[in-house]
Amino acid sequence: MIRWALVIVVGVVLGAIVHLATIMLLPRTATQDAYSRLAAIAPVNTVTPVPPPSPDGATMPFMDPAFASAVCRYDLSSGPIKFSAPVSLAYTSVSFYTRSDIAYYAINDRAAGRRTIELELMTPDQHADMPEEEDVTAADRLIVESPTSTGIIAIRALAPEPGLMPMARGAVAAARCVPQTSASR
Amino acid sequence: MRFLFGSIFAFALATLIGLGATYFALTRGAAFGALKIGAWSAYPRTGTSDADPYARASIARSGQLPTGLGDGVSFTAQTDDAGHPLDGRCDVVLSGTTPTARFWTVALYDAAGNLVANSVNRFGFTSQEIVRAADGTFAISVSPRADSGNWLPTGGIERYRLMLRLYDTPVGVATRAGKEVPMPAIVTVSCPQRQS
Repeated sequence: MIRWALVIVVGVVLGAIVHLATIMLLPRTATQDAYSRLAAIAPVNTVTPVPPPSPDGATMPFMDPAFASAVCRYDLSSGPIKFSAPVSLAYTSVSFYTRSDIAYYAINDRAAGRRTIELELMTPDQHADMPEEEDVTAADRLIVESPTSTGIIAIRALAPEPGLMPMARGAVAAARCVPQTSASR
Repeated sequence: MRFLFGSIFAFALATLIGLGATYFALTRGAAFGALKIGAWSAYPRTGTSDADPYARASIARSGQLPTGLGDGVSFTAQTDDAGHPLDGRCDVVLSGTTPTARFWTVALYDAAGNLVANSVNRFGFTSQEIVRAADGTFAISVSPRADSGNWLPTGGIERYRLMLRLYDTPVGVATRAGKEVPMPAIVTVSCPQRQS
């Protein structure tokens, strides 16, 4: 009896370890996560419109049908990225995701407070390497630090009614993400 | 021999418990920090870099990009206020007001997260296009049959879920369910399937 109780206790403890290990490892082994889905349609460091969701399928599940969206799949290994997106009439947001689809930063048109959302995306190391005076003069320069060297910028614009969808699509398609190589700086 | 059988049994039990718990956690949405209001639940922390391992695993598995907290908050409902699963063959009314937000949208999905085909190509509503009563409240009829006013077609599918997304909203990680976050009520008005 004691023997079987011991076997069950060992089984439960090992089960808990298996559970925690699979939860921790799953993000690294997922092949159908948002980044992988977008990698199939979006080239690196270019803004690519995401096809609108339809009943026949969508790039990602649970996409908001009222939004036009575009993504920039970035790679900062060759240098920081200069990003700009025009603000559409209703609501525009720019969200930043790591390689493992964690949203680490998001800004909307009101928070940006201008006609275009402009910012620079770089790794913490690239930020540290920036000449100091450059950092100081740039009082209204928005610098975003990416925890990973690759990731996704998602640009989304709301079409408050279906008739405004072309306007929203135009706004997200006009976003730019341009790599800044060390030569051009 | 007994030791061998014992170990095999222990390993089998470990596999069953471990993978079972993982599957259960990912399909039922067991991330911490849920904000539950009526039938609605949201995970504001999932849209930040503080997302816990469970949230990270479910993000990776589902394939969606979570709504960043600087952008908005997504609420999901899979049942009505009485706890019955949302059934596309029933007439459900979504009514009331939403928490403060610059814009909000509501959309209907099947279990896999796809939009549901319907004759009028209506997949959701935005706060701008909704028809409201004089006091600012709204009522959306979620049903398989065409209805006057705000009709959100279900296409007659058996199970669906509703997502209400608030954009540019003060609702966030620190929000507690209460008077300041009034979510719309979800009531099943009539349901021929349930009685039969």
